[in-house]
Parts: sequence; structure tokens; C-alpha cells
Amino acid sequence: MKEMSSKNTSKSQTLNDLEIPNNTDAHKGIELFRNGLLFLTKRGLLAWLLLLAVWVIASKVSDASFLPSPWKTLISAQGLIKTGTLQNDLLISLLRILAGWLIGSTIAIPLGLIIGQFKIIRYLLEPLINFFRFVPAIGFLTLFLLWFGVGEISKIALIIYATMFPIIINTITGVIAIDPLKIESAQSQGASKFQIFYSVVIPSAVPNIFTGVRLGLGGAIIAIVAAEMLAAQNGIGYLIYTSRLYYRTDWIFVGIFVLGFIGYLSDTLLRLFGKVVLKKYGVFEKETK
Amino acid sequence: MIKNSIELKHVFKKYHAPASFFAPKKENPLVLQDINLKIALGEFHIFLGRSGCGKSTLLNIIAGFLPKTSGQVLVNGHEVTAPGRDRGVVFQNADAAIFPWLTVYENVSYGLKMQHFSEKERTPIVNQSLKLVGLDQHANKYPYELSGGMKQRVQIARSISNDPDILILDEPFGALDAQTRRIMQDELIRIWQKTKKTILFVTHDIQEAAYLGQKISIFSPAPASNIYKTITVDHPYPRNVFSKENEELVTELNNYFPIGGH
Repeated sequence: MKEMSSKNTSKSQTLNDLEIPNNTDAHKGIELFRNGLLFLTKRGLLAWLLLLAVWVIASKVSDASFLPSPWKTLISAQGLIKTGTLQNDLLISLLRILAGWLIGSTIAIPLGLIIGQFKIIRYLLEPLINFFRFVPAIGFLTLFLLWFGVGEISKIALIIYATMFPIIINTITGVIAIDPLKIESAQSQGASKFQIFYSVVIPSAVPNIFTGVRLGLGGAIIAIVAAEMLAAQNGIGYLIYTSRLYYRTDWIFVGIFVLGFIGYLSDTLLRLFGKVVLKKYGVFEKETK
Repeated sequence: MIKNSIELKHVFKKYHAPASFFAPKKENPLVLQDINLKIALGEFHIFLGRSGCGKSTLLNIIAGFLPKTSGQVLVNGHEVTAPGRDRGVVFQNADAAIFPWLTVYENVSYGLKMQHFSEKERTPIVNQSLKLVGLDQHANKYPYELSGGMKQRVQIARSISNDPDILILDEPFGALDAQTRRIMQDELIRIWQKTKKTILFVTHDIQEAAYLGQKISIFSPAPASNIYKTITVDHPYPRNVFSKENEELVTELNNYFPIGGH
């Protein structure tokens, strides 16, 4: 800064001198700020900071029961943890999601493989799949309660339903998209049709199956929250829905953030699994290259 | 009498567009017209022709991937109806043909595994194939760690380990750089001389044909391709690209592919 001011007062002032010279403190400061901003953006933190800032400002100008501040939400979360409600609801929701998602995947992956492999089965079942995949799981809630009772089975059945479609559709795509050269390679090495199915078709479809399983997890979370809101005595969905009876908007915020974390953490774990265990099948090939 | 490895009698090929509800069935032009050819056991045979002339179609028929429209295709006296491990195939696109989820070693042992060879039986065969193509130091690598030339070596090794009668190569070095291509051509000759397999090699590269082939079948342009002529080349191996006899051969072959004509 000193350099700048001395230059500004000097007689031989040209246009060039007006610009900030490269090695001044001011320039370094700007550089540091820019790099810091870039770092935060790349790490995905800037968006959170911005959201937090907007939230703080908005909560300052509005009523606490209308929009609780981040601080108030945190304190409410602490309260819910002390009474054990939050852990309890979280655990129950997680177990339901996990059970439904695992069962759904176990049914949907083989089904997708078979539908993809056999044209005649594809012709038979594709119309049904393309019809029912547009009917959201929640549309079946009442029916499932009627058929499977108000217990856990109806909720898990709902998640199974929600999980299956993205997995089936992606698995079919993976089987159909297999490069014919891979099949021909196996054929000219004497592999039988069944051998080709399990040693070439299934490994080739792994990246697509994995995408389906990830999407299925998202579907599972959406379905369980809806189900818990309408027909449950516990779970995060129940927490959010009952909060309205007590006019506790802060609890709703706690519930929303917990849901976000469930999704984010489970997907991060799943991606890690894909990157480490399924790497050789070409999962995340584009990201790593 | 020389035993024929491959014998083609009056082979015709027409592609049929699938008949649909709206489009009436169309008579499609012939792709291959009356192909007659005998390839002897242990011969290095080249199919030379312009892109789209049907040489790959004929190769696919011999490999069993495509049905012929009429005629006879005999491999060791047996009619070809399906692909089989008596005909090893090396594709141009190695990335699509090799299994990326298997290591080099596992790729090369795949065919033996499918034939229920025990691990004890497989190991020496696979190691020998890897050594033959010079990949023994890279056995545990995955395909994405390999260069283009190495991937083609994997394809050759996995074919060899199935001990086929015929090695079919469909423009295998077309995607490689000039230096690697020359190295691989020399390698292929070495492997051929060592294993004494019948080799059927498809290319559109006149230099490559002249450098490799014992017999060069020249395809007439599309449509309704035929084998215009089969030239016998008796230059000894290893060949010299700059020798007078090679240059004469290249000039002769060039005459069959006039620039501007088709």
C-alpha cells in the first residue's frame, strides 16, 4: 500500500502505474481471498455458508416460531437427543430404509437381469413397468395398510416398491447396452449361453446396477418419510409430522436436516463402496479418469 | 494332398432389413457374391480391400458371428454354424473385446475356465501364452493399465491359450501408432512361426498386407464384392520393407486400388 501511494503522488504517472503492482500486500490479499473462495466452493462448503448466512438473516427479521434460527434449531436438536426421541426415531427410520432397500435390491437386480436378457420377457413386462413406475409409492399406502396391516410390513413393502423401479430399469439398461463384441469374444472362446450370462453380462451391467441401487436408496428415503407421516408412531417422518401439533417449527427443521444427513451419508458410503470394491467393473470410470 | 484349413464354396451374403409393419420387404443388394477360396493349414492369409467392401463380413461369417445367405463355409471339413473355440478372434477394438473387470491373467485364462479346465491345468497354459506374447510381467494388471499394443497382446494371448486351429484377426493393429504397429506385426509373425497356426488377417493397409501375408486375397469394391485375385507371396521372413521385391509387390497391389476409382 505504501508503494502505491508513493507512486500515485509521483509526477511521472502513467496508466500502467494506476494498476495494482504485482507484489503489493493488496494483491496478495486479493489472491488469498480468491484462493480461499475457490477452495470453499470446490469443497462444497461455500453453498452451506451462504445458506447459513441467509438463514441467520431471515430468522432475525421473522418470528422464531415461523422460522427458527440455526442456533435455536441446534438447541432443539440437543433437547430431542436428551429425551432420546431423535436417536429412537432415527434408528427406526434407518432400519426400515435398510430392510426395504436391501430386500428391494435383492428382488429387483435378478428381475432386471432376466428382463434385460430375454427379449420375450421384456416385451411381456415392460408395459407394466412403464405404467407402475409413474405411480408413486405413497399412492399405494392405504392399500398396503389394508393388505399388510398397520405394522412394519406395510412400510417395508412400500420401500421395496419404491426401490425396485429405478433398480430394475437401470439393470435392464445395463444388460441391453452390453457391447456385442464382449459376447462374441466369449462365444469364440467356447462359452455357453449360461456362462456368458453370469461371466460377461452380469459384470458388464454392474455400473448400471450400481446407479440403480443408488437411485433406489433415494426413493426409499422419500417413501419412508411419507409413510411415517401418515401411518406410524415413530420415525423421522413421524417427528416432522407431529411437530405441527405442537407448533414446533424448530423440530421440523431438526427432522429435515437429519433426513438430509441420512441421504448424504448413506450415498457417500455407497459411493465409497463403489469406488473401492466395484472399481474394476468401471463404476465411476468417468470421475476417476 | 494339402489339408485345407478353411474352404469357402460359392458363399453369398445379403443383409436383410427386418420386415416391419410399415415397410414392405425390400430386396437388399448383395454384400458378397460367389466367394470361393481355400486356405491351407498353417497359412498366413490376408484379406485386403477398401473399407466397406465386405471383407469383415466374410470374416464374421467364418468366425460364426454372422449367417451366410447361401454357399458352404468349411473349417477343417466341418460346416460353420456358430462361433467356436477352434477359431480364435482378435478384434480391432480391444477395449470393447477384453473384459475390463478381469486382470490380464484372468482374461487369458477365461476360455479355459469356461471349458472347466482345473486351475492346475490352466496355470501352465496361461503362463505359456503370456510369455509368448511378452506379457508375463504384466499378468496381474487390469486392462485400463495397459497400452493399446499391450491390449492387443492380451487378445492374441487369450486366443492362443484356447489352442485354436485358426487365428482370425480383424484389422487388429489399425488403431495403433505406426511404431507400435510395426512391432506388433513382427510379434505376430514370430508367434505365427512358433505356433504354426493358420492366420486369417483382415486389413485395408497395402503395406501391412505386403509385409505379413503369404497369400493376399484382394477384394473387389462394394457392392457384391468378390475375391478379385489371390496373390502368393513367397518372400522369406523377416521381410524388409525397403527391399526391391517388397516395393514391387506394393506397387502391384496398389494397381488394384486406383486412386479416384472405386
